[in-house]
Amino acid sequence: MAMKARTLQRHFRESLKSLTRNGWMTFASISAVTVTLLLVGVFTIIMMNLNKVADDIENDVEIKVLIDIMEDSEQAKAAEKQLIKQIKALPAVEEVVYSSKEQELDLLIKDYGEDLSLFEQSNPLNNVLYVKAKDPQQTVKVAKQIEKLEHTQEAVYGKEKVEKLFNFLNISRNVGIVLILGLLFTAIFLISNTIRITIFARKDEIEIMKLVGATNSFVRIPFVLEGMWLGILGSIIPITVISVLYSNIYKLIQPSMNGELLQLLDTTPLLYQVNALLLAIGVFIGIWGSFMSVRKFLKV
Amino acid sequence: MIQMKNVVKKYPNGVVAANGITIDIKQGEFVYVVGPSGAGKSTFIKLMYREEKPTSGDVIIAGTNLSTLKNRQVPYLRRQLGVVFQDFKLLPRMNVFENVAYALEVIEENPQVIRKRVMDVLDLVGLKHKVRMFPNELSGGEQQRVSIARSIVNMPKVVIADEPTGNLDPDTSWEIMNIFEEINARGTTIVMATHNREIVNTIRRRVIAIEGGLIVRDVNGGEYGYES
Ligand SMILES: Nc1ncnc2c1ncn2[C@@H]1O[C@H](COP(=O)(O)OP(=O)(O)OP(=O)(O)O)[C@@H](O)[C@H]1O
Ligand SMILES: [Mg+2]
Repeated sequence: MAMKARTLQRHFRESLKSLTRNGWMTFASISAVTVTLLLVGVFTIIMMNLNKVADDIENDVEIKVLIDIMEDSEQAKAAEKQLIKQIKALPAVEEVVYSSKEQELDLLIKDYGEDLSLFEQSNPLNNVLYVKAKDPQQTVKVAKQIEKLEHTQEAVYGKEKVEKLFNFLNISRNVGIVLILGLLFTAIFLISNTIRITIFARKDEIEIMKLVGATNSFVRIPFVLEGMWLGILGSIIPITVISVLYSNIYKLIQPSMNGELLQLLDTTPLLYQVNALLLAIGVFIGIWGSFMSVRKFLKV
Repeated sequence: MIQMKNVVKKYPNGVVAANGITIDIKQGEFVYVVGPSGAGKSTFIKLMYREEKPTSGDVIIAGTNLSTLKNRQVPYLRRQLGVVFQDFKLLPRMNVFENVAYALEVIEENPQVIRKRVMDVLDLVGLKHKVRMFPNELSGGEQQRVSIARSIVNMPKVVIADEPTGNLDPDTSWEIMNIFEEINARGTTIVMATHNREIVNTIRRRVIAIEGGLIVRDVNGGEYGYES
């Protein structure tokens, strides 16, 4: 039998009424939602930022290819051009940037001081190619391929450092995912447990409703809607706190990080995503928790 | 309207509260159920709206055999019966109006009709001035009258009342009996468990006496038959 629209209206009214009449039980459930969502939210934001840092570091990994030192000549230029072409042709290569030995020396002088300027007379450095792999994880493979090419003296990529870094990043990502999942399960458990306790206190009501001729869904729907309100109300504080906090931290820290490798994620879309996630979790758990708890007492 | 055939009810703790009850109550009858405390009157009544299921035997209400009734059909059975519970069974978080209205809301009655009918029956049981009060703000007798109002508000074919005057003063008891007589005169079947000797002996109707889970007496126009 289809439910009449006014009955749905009635259920909505009933759920709101019950919310206000339940006093401390409503408060307890909302608090449980608030606390857990706050934790989930903070952790998600930290994890997403760590992830970004990890991505940034990964993408910054490049191979430094030292080109054989050759007499300045047309031939040498052609050989270098040929080498660049060959590297660019490798399928895993994203970009190749040429840096002459003069540019390299300038970089060194910038880093270590004018003492090095005496080398300007007879520059001992190599011309260099900076190569980036399309997928950072392929750096090692690409470096090996490049070393086999003619006129390459060496392809340096901080062998062990890079491998360790990738291992570390993978582990930290997995740990983060496990942490957030664990937190989510705790949240689901805590919230649905609180709701179960509040509904348990009302099992006599459910029994009476059924004795007066209410169908299971007629009893259940107001409870489920009440769970939904609990989820919505419980996510208001976490959403507000996280938005305000993150915006302020971002405003405070971001200016000093301009041009640095490490960057915080922009507030948009991050805050929209996280807030939508929190609201969705709250509503889902509220509805699900109520549904499961009422179900137990409906077998009258 | 109400039939029982060899109904036995044995509670999980071993108490046999119905020990082979066979009865036939016709549409429009007014029946008192009497007997000492613990005799099995409430059990007899609970079997009718399927709060309890018989251990063996059949209960047939308005042609429906309750043993074959599926769980999800039970609400529709209960809507045909108005029940006054011995312990009232009011919803504690709903006020008087809402408690009575609940019986009409479950059948998705329209709100204007609900308002009018609820106010009418509350007027009938003398509680019109307390519609906004909650059960814990009412005396036992007032709660009982709310329970009575709820049982008759959807004009059921059968009203089953478990000691509906148990908590009422004599005047109010007679008023309630007037209401029952009135709706009985309109064709409603009434089954009423009671310890009220005066009422049974004054308004003479069919009397069924239960002792130890058995019907020991079934007389039209009978007497209460016990010392008060
Ligand atoms: N849910 C139950 N579980 C176990 N035993 C029960 C249950 N309900 C009733 N009984 C037992 O069944 C017997 C009959 O109880 P019932 O409530 O039907 O008596 P009654 O005639 O209504 O008594 P009263 O006049 O005091 O209301 C009693 O011995 C009681 O202890
Ligand atoms: Mg009884």
